[in-house]
Amino acid sequence: MTTGNDRAAVVVLDGASKSFGALKALDRVDLSVGPGECLGLVGHNGAGKSTLVNLITGLFAPTEGGVSYPGAADHRAAGIRSISQEGTLCPNLTVLENLQVTQRDLTGWGWRGAAAGRVMAALDAIFPGHRIRAHTLVIDMTLAEQQMVEIAIGFAEGATPARLVVLDEPTSSLDASIAAQLMTHIRRFCAGGGAVIFISHMLGEIFDVATRIVVMRDGRSIADRPAGDFTRQGLVDAMGHVADDDHQPSPAALARALGDKSSHILRTPEGVEARRGEIVGLAGLAGHGQAEALARFYLSRSSDWRGASDPQAVFVAGDRKRDGVMPVWSIRRNLTLAALDRLTRWGLIDHAAEARIGSEWQKRIGIRTPDMGNPILSLSGGNQQKALFARALATQAPVVVMDDPMRGVDIGTKTEVYDMIRHEAANGRTFLWYSTEMDEIRNCDRVFVFRDGAISAELEGVQITEEAILAASFEFGDSAA
Amino acid sequence: MMNIYKAPWFWAWVAAFAAFGATWSLSAGGGGGMALLVAALTFGSFSVLTGLGQMLVITMGPGNTDLSIPATMTLAATLSLKLMNGAGGVWIIAGLLTALLIGVGVGIVNFALIRLLRIPPIIATLSASFLYQSLAIWSNRGLRIKPPQALADFTTGRAVLGIPNLAWLALAITVVFWVILNRARFGRRISAIGQNPRAARLAGVPVASVTAATYVTCAVMAGLTGFLLACFSGGAALNMGAEFLLMSIAVTVIGGSSIAGGNSNVPGIWGGALFMYLIVSMLNSYGLGAGVRLLSTGVIIIAIVAIASGRKARL
Repeated sequence: MTTGNDRAAVVVLDGASKSFGALKALDRVDLSVGPGECLGLVGHNGAGKSTLVNLITGLFAPTEGGVSYPGAADHRAAGIRSISQEGTLCPNLTVLENLQVTQRDLTGWGWRGAAAGRVMAALDAIFPGHRIRAHTLVIDMTLAEQQMVEIAIGFAEGATPARLVVLDEPTSSLDASIAAQLMTHIRRFCAGGGAVIFISHMLGEIFDVATRIVVMRDGRSIADRPAGDFTRQGLVDAMGHVADDDHQPSPAALARALGDKSSHILRTPEGVEARRGEIVGLAGLAGHGQAEALARFYLSRSSDWRGASDPQAVFVAGDRKRDGVMPVWSIRRNLTLAALDRLTRWGLIDHAAEARIGSEWQKRIGIRTPDMGNPILSLSGGNQQKALFARALATQAPVVVMDDPMRGVDIGTKTEVYDMIRHEAANGRTFLWYSTEMDEIRNCDRVFVFRDGAISAELEGVQITEEAILAASFEFGDSAA
Repeated sequence: MMNIYKAPWFWAWVAAFAAFGATWSLSAGGGGGMALLVAALTFGSFSVLTGLGQMLVITMGPGNTDLSIPATMTLAATLSLKLMNGAGGVWIIAGLLTALLIGVGVGIVNFALIRLLRIPPIIATLSASFLYQSLAIWSNRGLRIKPPQALADFTTGRAVLGIPNLAWLALAITVVFWVILNRARFGRRISAIGQNPRAARLAGVPVASVTAATYVTCAVMAGLTGFLLACFSGGAALNMGAEFLLMSIAVTVIGGSSIAGGNSNVPGIWGGALFMYLIVSMLNSYGLGAGVRLLSTGVIIIAIVAIASGRKARL
């Protein structure tokens, strides 16, 4: 049933189930993870991956079955560490203080020095050439740096050494070169006898590091085999969606190829241009000014003083917590926020119309919930993201600005959203799309590559290749570090 | 969908009833109960009116609090009573408009300080209130002008069902605020700003104008309360608003609105306001001295807030 050696395993799940009310999030899962193993965990949003991780890390107790840590009393003594997809650093604390939050043996005189030593050693080992300092406040760092710190804290030396590290979408905010450093470190860690559970929607990464792959669907583990036994297509089929690899240019791109000389409807100060119905990508390494350019553009097209029933642009957030989700509200209220002006008569909100829009978009974009009146935080990350997409698409805005919105979204959802974007583009909407993922950039008609806050290349149609984008992302003579 | 005891305002009302029962039983029951109820509704109305405005401001999130309510009340009361000078008829309308317009002006000044000079709201409204208070002192010069007789009669009267006119007025305004917060776009936007101002802006919420309107609404409520309180108590006094600084915040928090922002609660304001009045009367009827009374009031408020926030943390 499992290939891990039960006797020496770090963690063993024996028919573990977890229910939340009527929803069975995890259904009788058997699993064991042994030293030296890198377990790739794949499945769609809501398949039960996060619940499984929360059982292993001791956050939840199973409703049925058991979770045990052979040779250790609990998850802490067993050396289980976890790096969450949502980001669990305290923004008002420095890097070393965040380490102390999890490592409670850092007390007494000189704990700061010890903490700085541990976290910097981990950062240097995993991400050589990083520019993070131990005394920087988390809030002052970029999302990528925060994720790097979180990973470093997971692997850092401590009172109990790390024996099993769970990485939930660790590369979602990292660019390719940093992600590659992490992959190297995971292989090194496993070779030294450590165990890793690696969750990612980027199947390339899974095949890159995993020695064993577990596929989850609807709360069950439906396949558990060595990584070599899977093909990419086989894995996607097992997850239950069909990947759509070939990309059709949008009607706007086709029309232009046939000689349509329509002019640009927008141009940002950086020089990003777009025509009506075009899907324009902003590429390059993370943190080179793409997100800032989009935010500036959006703010210049919307008012701080007047709401508009026909906004000129809408924004889809990638950093959900910082830029998107209203945590107190229901899914429905989150969804209708941008389109509120269309639902208002004499200053009052038409609740019937709001409910209609809510259920319409729940169907169209497939938000997995029994009731749109549930709190938005009851949804998994990917479904929250769908709600934010629907928030933007439910307006009539001609320009949709997307700030790397597919972080932590599974491949099935991505394919659906790509289709929806192409459909909306065909209806005349223009998309400005910042992404750190090559697969997404290939969906674009035209791509602007950013380097150091400026555009270093403009690519169109068949010119959009990984090589061309990478070449424009790096300066010649500069090392990738 | 929700059990009634889970509603955020439930415990404020329980506390208010308990305080009423405790006071009534001490004052030998009977007719004293009605008198106590009338007093609680009358004085509670002033707390409700200031509390409603403060609630809107607090809903806009951490740091948003209007500390200029007492000074605004004094300024509005002083100037409007001076204008009316005891005369009735059209002067009453002019006086009311003056009080409301002073509220508008104060709200705009508060917002301008917060927005243009980037001063934290607590400091901006507190320091601006010295300005408003000085204006009131300067225009008042120790005079105590009587309110028009019609207004004095109205504010102390009980025309319908023996319930104070002020309570009816406060109830009507409460309903308006309930509609604003639960049915109107304006309330939805205040709540969005309270949860995450950056995300609200990126979702197309006009943050600046909503913030401005909220501070103006709060100051207008303060102006109106000052006007009514001066008519009720037979004239404006320089320290007439002092107790409403803490009162407006206390009734908001006891009533179940979240100090963290984004979540407000209209029915709770009434529970909180009645409770705050009744707790003082209860301590009075126990015959406690002023010092013990203040101490107990403080302890009870802290206890209620602690219980209320502990309950939320477990949800």
